[in-house]
Amino acid sequence: MELFQLLAAALAGGTVLLFGMLGGIFTERSGVMNLAIEGYMLLGATISYSASASSGSPWIGLLMGAVAAAILGILHAIICISLKADQVVSGLATNFVGTGVSLVLGANLTSLVGTVPLLPSVAFPKLLELGWIGEGLYTLTKQSIMVYIGFVLIPIAQWYLTKTRPGMHLRAIGENPEAADAMGINVNGLRYVYTILGAALAGIGGAAISIAIYSGWFSELTTNGRGWICVGLVIFAQWNPVRGAFGAYFFGILSRLVLDLKIPATLFGGLVANPFFLHPNYTFFLEMLPYFFTLVVMIIGANSAKAKHIGAPSALGRPYSRGEKGKQ
Amino acid sequence: MKKESTSPKKIGLPFQIQIEERTDEAPKWLSPVLTLVSVIAALIFSGILIASVGGDPLYTYSRMWKAAFGSWFALSDSLTKAIPLILCGTACALAFQMKIWNIGAEGQFFLGAFGASLVVLGPIVPEGSSPWVYIPVMMLFGMIFGALWGFIPGYLKAKLNVNEIISTLMLNYIAIAWNNFFLFGMWSDKGFQMSKKFPKAALLIRLSDIAKTYNIKELRGMALHLGLVFSLVAAIVIYILIYKSKWGYEIKLIGENRKVARYAGINISWNVVLIMLVSGAIAGLAGATEISGVVKRFQGSISPGYGSTGIIIAWLAKLNPLLTIPVSLFFGGLIIAGREIQPSGIPKMIQGIILVCLIAFDFFLNYRIRLIAVKQSESAIEG
Repeated sequence: MELFQLLAAALAGGTVLLFGMLGGIFTERSGVMNLAIEGYMLLGATISYSASASSGSPWIGLLMGAVAAAILGILHAIICISLKADQVVSGLATNFVGTGVSLVLGANLTSLVGTVPLLPSVAFPKLLELGWIGEGLYTLTKQSIMVYIGFVLIPIAQWYLTKTRPGMHLRAIGENPEAADAMGINVNGLRYVYTILGAALAGIGGAAISIAIYSGWFSELTTNGRGWICVGLVIFAQWNPVRGAFGAYFFGILSRLVLDLKIPATLFGGLVANPFFLHPNYTFFLEMLPYFFTLVVMIIGANSAKAKHIGAPSALGRPYSRGEKGKQ
Repeated sequence: MKKESTSPKKIGLPFQIQIEERTDEAPKWLSPVLTLVSVIAALIFSGILIASVGGDPLYTYSRMWKAAFGSWFALSDSLTKAIPLILCGTACALAFQMKIWNIGAEGQFFLGAFGASLVVLGPIVPEGSSPWVYIPVMMLFGMIFGALWGFIPGYLKAKLNVNEIISTLMLNYIAIAWNNFFLFGMWSDKGFQMSKKFPKAALLIRLSDIAKTYNIKELRGMALHLGLVFSLVAAIVIYILIYKSKWGYEIKLIGENRKVARYAGINISWNVVLIMLVSGAIAGLAGATEISGVVKRFQGSISPGYGSTGIIIAWLAKLNPLLTIPVSLFFGGLIIAGREIQPSGIPKMIQGIILVCLIAFDFFLNYRIRLIAVKQSESAIEG
């Protein structure tokens, strides 16, 4: 039973990361660095929360969150693609703007806790008739609708990237923009599209925090570095949605374990005393775990990339303009 | 000359807009002018945003100015805030010169604060020592711990090519939890979220101390402390290192073009580790001065984002450590002003928008926009 609860929480926690990570993959596959995920997410969370409160419809909130993040994405796109500035600095700058604007616009939101309409949850009560396993499955499947949307999005993203013509164009502009241009693909136009799409996806991830899974707005702690974990996941995923999804759900388990280990007095059904219960101060080391594992995941990602000769999209971070072939 | 997007606009304009890459250096005056323009543009944009949430931008700005620079006391406060900013800005500027994106100045700052506190609370130095023992050892420990925190991502980058942006950032979060453990678990004073107050010998001299000793009324109550000297020295030393030393030349070469640097026989891996060590040490010094000069004890939430502000400062100063000094004063004022106004997120927003405007306007440094008259006959044919 506890296992199912853990898995259910992992699905929920992983979903937030999933959206941000998919956004990162789409943007970076097109050759534009995406370091602004944290900013997109926080803005998405803020705007969706306040729009949901003022309109009364969480779906409008979700839409507005995505749109707000997309507008921030346009900013990043203009700087990176048209103005050809350094994409790392642009990502950081976009992040700061996203965070700052969220803090200003969200100044009055903390008082709204509990009054904001949330996205619906899905549950299958019929599963309860199937005995204990059904009960477990019921716990597992009783999730916010966002969890299902995220789950469905993984194969779609994978299929789009690897099997469709626009997906091929997307990979082409990230790997070899010169050749793509020669094929008649509008390189910079498509980069705009995918930078904005990536931002919108991260914004939806933010909305999944504030109006679906964690339901609330707690200033910067709403995202609390999740966007940066997404950036790490993109690298770990080697720009592959399915691989990244495993990473995201793994982090879901991890962040739930941190909570689970804090509370009970004993572990493993009463076999051992919980050291984190006896010495609550050690929980600070538990809190390090997600960030520590991001580091581990990055090291694993870097190593396997070396072994398999899979790397970042070749043109990642390099603005494209005609007639500058070979310019780094 | 490389040209691009030369397609004429077919709206019938008598000229066409042509964007071309500068082949020569941009004129010297252009860069500071663009910086100024971007700050002004950022203030205008932020004003629009403030107005859109129902505030009065002009009133807000005048309040902010008064709070930050309106009196000698305000100036002293802003300068005090500028101390860690100069150091964090210098730390970032140094690493960015090599295109090593150390955005972990925040974490290194926290570890620096931890190191300095360890000297007092450990205790490393026997209690009752003189300030001549306390202060140097505290600063040194701050730098060592900051350097250690910089070493980890530096080593991972050099050996395993782990993206330093993510690793430095993750270490920021880890550093905060690390400090919290010591705060709550080891050094808590009667269960409060702070340690006991440091002995006077472990505190940096303040203007108010000078006022007391020499009975100067004008300086009474001013919080500006000796850390300012440390930060100025650090900025000058790093400036000399970057612009006047052989190592600085290597750093800039690696930043410009890694391949060329490798062909020139520069050991890039070693330099990555070294620069993260130095950068971390400077940010650590920031933490040490802040704990010894301002906070006076070990506690949580000692930074309103000095590390991330350091990134913007470094960029605004064009990665020149000397220029971080005036820029830091401006941002120190922004932080001080942030305490006075609502909503408190405004300074953070202004910072972000300044950085965006800055890198957007940098476009004009690298590209020039030309209006070229289209000959009548040509435009007639096209029409």
